[in-house]
Amino acid sequence: MPPEISLPASLQDVEQVRSVRTPARLDYEFTAGEASSRFLKGITQKKIIGQRATPESRVYVPPRGADPELGATTPIEVEVAQVGTVTSFCMVNVAFYGSVMELPYTSALILLDGADLSIMHLIQEIPADEVRIGMRVEAVWRDDADIEPTLESIKWFRPNGEPDDPNVRIPGEDHGTGLGSWVGGVAPTEALIRNPRTGEGGQA
Amino acid sequence: MTWSDIDAVVIGKAPDFFEGVMMPELFLADALGATGKPMFRVHTAGSVGGSTAIVASQLIQAGLHERVLTVAFEKQSESEAMWALSLPIPFTPPLHAGAGGYFAPHIRSYIRRSKAPDHVGMLVALKDRQNGIKNPYAHLHEHDISFDSIKESMMLWDPIRYAETCPSSDGACALVLGSEKVADDAMAEGRQPAWIQGTAMRSEPTLSAERDTVLPLGGALCAADVYKQAGITNPRKDVDAVEMYVPFSWFEPMWLENLGFAEPGEGWKMTEAGATAMDGDLPVNMSGGVLCTNPIGASGMLRFGEIAMQVRGTAGEHQVDGVRRGVGHAYGGGSQFFAMWVVGSEKP
Repeated sequence: MPPEISLPASLQDVEQVRSVRTPARLDYEFTAGEASSRFLKGITQKKIIGQRATPESRVYVPPRGADPELGATTPIEVEVAQVGTVTSFCMVNVAFYGSVMELPYTSALILLDGADLSIMHLIQEIPADEVRIGMRVEAVWRDDADIEPTLESIKWFRPNGEPDDPNVRIPGEDHGTGLGSWVGGVAPTEALIRNPRTGEGGQA
Repeated sequence: MTWSDIDAVVIGKAPDFFEGVMMPELFLADALGATGKPMFRVHTAGSVGGSTAIVASQLIQAGLHERVLTVAFEKQSESEAMWALSLPIPFTPPLHAGAGGYFAPHIRSYIRRSKAPDHVGMLVALKDRQNGIKNPYAHLHEHDISFDSIKESMMLWDPIRYAETCPSSDGACALVLGSEKVADDAMAEGRQPAWIQGTAMRSEPTLSAERDTVLPLGGALCAADVYKQAGITNPRKDVDAVEMYVPFSWFEPMWLENLGFAEPGEGWKMTEAGATAMDGDLPVNMSGGVLCTNPIGASGMLRFGEIAMQVRGTAGEHQVDGVRRGVGHAYGGGSQFFAMWVVGSEKP
């Protein structure tokens, strides 16, 4: 028989420990890679430079070096505007382990003029509940002395005073009216997808 | 059936850094009866439970094995999913706020496109939480849930309320998949099997400019493929019940459209009209779904297993009468991984 174990009186009414948080830490060097490095060098000059695979193909901001639609590298650089349109957004009210933002904050998907993919960034200088889809916004940079090779050198975006764009679409949204869904009960098929390399297929 | 009847084990869970245990399948081999047997791990983020079951079924379909045990799990009490899904990305503002922060803009886009009224998300949450009360294995049993309590719950990731969000659960799901002969033998002994009539997986790149995040093409093609295999030509008519992956309430109407049960922009009308309720013409998430129980890695397999229980007639209090054919669905990542199966009471 194991000896009977009893808690000392001083511990008997203490709440039981049910879990212990044991943070682990891992420090590492992150190499941005060629495509991101070129983009980040542009940021240090307060320029937003996207990349594309061909003169006609989609402009990626921030670029990751490849166009996933074409499966091709993106050697062509294109400077895009520092104004854009909010395609959607989220007002965040929830704190979590590791979060550094003051609550609430509004993160938005912003489609910069000349780019084909929205970036996620902060919206400020407007009450959070007045942010809306279609709102036109502009980048607000840090002071010149604080510019570094990071998208954080843009402090946030703010309304630029232009009227809303009522026709703003999220890139690829047209799929929702034909490709990524069923219209008239007709199932989508691979044949409906335009082949970006050959231009064949797709809807008229 | 004993351990010796199992030929191989296929296991799935969400990424290892959730719990901080690298390749846990190696530690689990003994406990799963996998010692000395082929073991295989599947990785497809939140859809992994579905993909894992499909991989297991393919080992049988390929003629390699007679019976395969497939298992999926997550132990969120020992993990920090919100943190794990918000890891700072180098050279990028630290704005990511977990899955809710990622999916909230997609939901807002859906609401705008479909002109759905605000209460639809709350109706889904109410239905699923009420269904979950009937499921003894559900994590949440919210007997006092009401439309008003959902409406008054905190807006976490506007437009997603606290009560429209899945919980962080510990849980697991295990299925034994067998060959045609195994199922025939079960039939002969009077045990109703769930016949797999089709399986499909699709994926698409997260950061493609051509991608519709609200109605992803990969999800629709996955559905079209699995229906074709099962001989389903009119999903709304030919399918009796669905277990789909709805971690945030609004994904019910979104997936109803993506999976061909409703025209684009019309899915919310099915929810609002009660079509997806337990007594509707297309019951959805009779088990309470992900909104009641979210052990992430297991959540997809729970959908697959729950729909199998429906066609076997073994779902207990949340059984819907007369489910002859049902759909199990899982999605994962940034709405870019999809896994589905169709199971039926009749041999295909």
